[in-house]
Amino acid sequence: MSQRYEIRFSGAGGQGLILAGVIMAEAASIYDGKQAVQSQSYGPEARGGASKSEVIISDSAIDYPKATVVDALLALTQEAADKYSHDLKEGGVLLIDSDMVKNIPAGNFKTVAFPIINTAKNDVGREIVANIVALGAMVALTEVVTKEGAEKAVLARVPEAFVELNKKAFQMGYEKAIAARA
Amino acid sequence: MAKKVAFLQGNEAAAQGALYAGCTFFGGYPITPSTEVAEVMSAELPKIGGKFIQMEDEIAAMAAVIGASLTGAKSLTATSGPGLSLKQELIGYACIAETPVVIYNVMRGGPSTGMPTGPSQSDVMCAKWGTHGDHPAICLVPASVQEIFEETVRAFNLAEKYRTPVMVMPDEIGAHMRERIVFPEPGELEVINRTAPSVSPAEYKPYDTKFGDVPPLAAFGSDYRFHVTGLNKAEDGFPTTKATLVQAEEERQIRKVDANIDDIVTFEEYMLDDAEVAIVAFGSTSRSARFAVNEARKQGIKAGLFRIKTFWPFPDKQIAALAGKVKAFITPEMNLGMCTGEVKRCVEGKASVTGIFRVDGEPINPGQILEMIKEVK
Repeated sequence: MSQRYEIRFSGAGGQGLILAGVIMAEAASIYDGKQAVQSQSYGPEARGGASKSEVIISDSAIDYPKATVVDALLALTQEAADKYSHDLKEGGVLLIDSDMVKNIPAGNFKTVAFPIINTAKNDVGREIVANIVALGAMVALTEVVTKEGAEKAVLARVPEAFVELNKKAFQMGYEKAIAARA
Repeated sequence: MAKKVAFLQGNEAAAQGALYAGCTFFGGYPITPSTEVAEVMSAELPKIGGKFIQMEDEIAAMAAVIGASLTGAKSLTATSGPGLSLKQELIGYACIAETPVVIYNVMRGGPSTGMPTGPSQSDVMCAKWGTHGDHPAICLVPASVQEIFEETVRAFNLAEKYRTPVMVMPDEIGAHMRERIVFPEPGELEVINRTAPSVSPAEYKPYDTKFGDVPPLAAFGSDYRFHVTGLNKAEDGFPTTKATLVQAEEERQIRKVDANIDDIVTFEEYMLDDAEVAIVAFGSTSRSARFAVNEARKQGIKAGLFRIKTFWPFPDKQIAALAGKVKAFITPEMNLGMCTGEVKRCVEGKASVTGIFRVDGEPINPGQILEMIKEVK
């Protein structure tokens, strides 16, 4: 893969999307030996407001650090889906939270939907790990980083006491995305 | 042993670079988008016996780093546009008192509070003309996380070597972006310390030009005592209005930088050998430009990039030389023409200069630059 692969995690401020992007980029850069750049854009609010985190992954040096044509987009809110899906590429992947995004953006891309936040809340047990559920799903759908690398990157970022919770969240997201894609 | 590698944010890299350079004092007043520098310094400085102080405001923070530096500590402050405006009076003080300090300023939108979380490159003129009076200005504009680390080290070196404030000014994109960094081993990058006095405390004068344009600086709190003031001063540090002394002092301060331009000015030339169109860019915009150059080359267009790494002093000589070789310049920047004006000054009408300006909080993307390349070629 000498081409750039561009991923955007979007939703509301406070949902942990910047961290999800950081972990994805670390998986690529530290564990999979690729080049990666993560950048972010957010409003002045501490919570709420549209927030996005972009990850560019490539085998060669990355010049422009922001997205040009997005290969895969995660949208956890309707606002993010509306605001950030315009440059999703043809044949790209859109992952949405089916409870939050009711008006699915139209376009020539594959949409995968499952209740991401609800999975975190009820299946994993803590809503706070919705970003890790989403990350697991994005890893499954994009196949741009290895599952092993991504898991290592998740575990390197979380405190000891929350390792099991995050492992479970990642695995749930990974499995549900594959089931939802089918 | 394998080198230490990390996936780091630009601001975190700046803090690590400062520590590598031997910084032991941070005085600041946290401001988006530079806050992570303060965060890292507050955690790391106590571990090495250094001091971190969160001051009551930006002005006091600048005063604190000047004071700390005069005691011999390499000192850093971090800020962003509105903070840089507030610090200007004391930046002038650091210039005239010839105090080495590093000011890390992340460029966000302005004027005033502007757009706190949006990227910008509109502080570059403030870096030179923000404080009044004739004074030297050094401003570095790194474009990657690795370079933010390295240029922060270099900023300390230049500050110490020339006894003057030095600014490191990434834009918000560079400051908040994360990428892989390979940490240099201790000793791998040059680390310069200020020259200590070679004379006894009784003979010491803080601006003694018999030692050259950059006189040795003693540490407050040691046996050396000296006077520091914002007034024009004589060699002993006390105020003077004597015409010949003031004229000589002002000229020497400017000369510290002007006579050492080749030591200070750094730049990168990419695909310029046969270029007909030269893009002059800095910071994160230079990354868009490089992308655009590669695309243009694929389409058979002879484009190249002159990447400014040191904004002040401006690379006058290099841009002027390029003006004799290329047909057109393109100057993309996240402001309304600050670098463009400087390029035009250097080009002196020998080639066209076309700016691409964006101040909407969005980066200049490679597509915009590529279009302009096709237009001017």
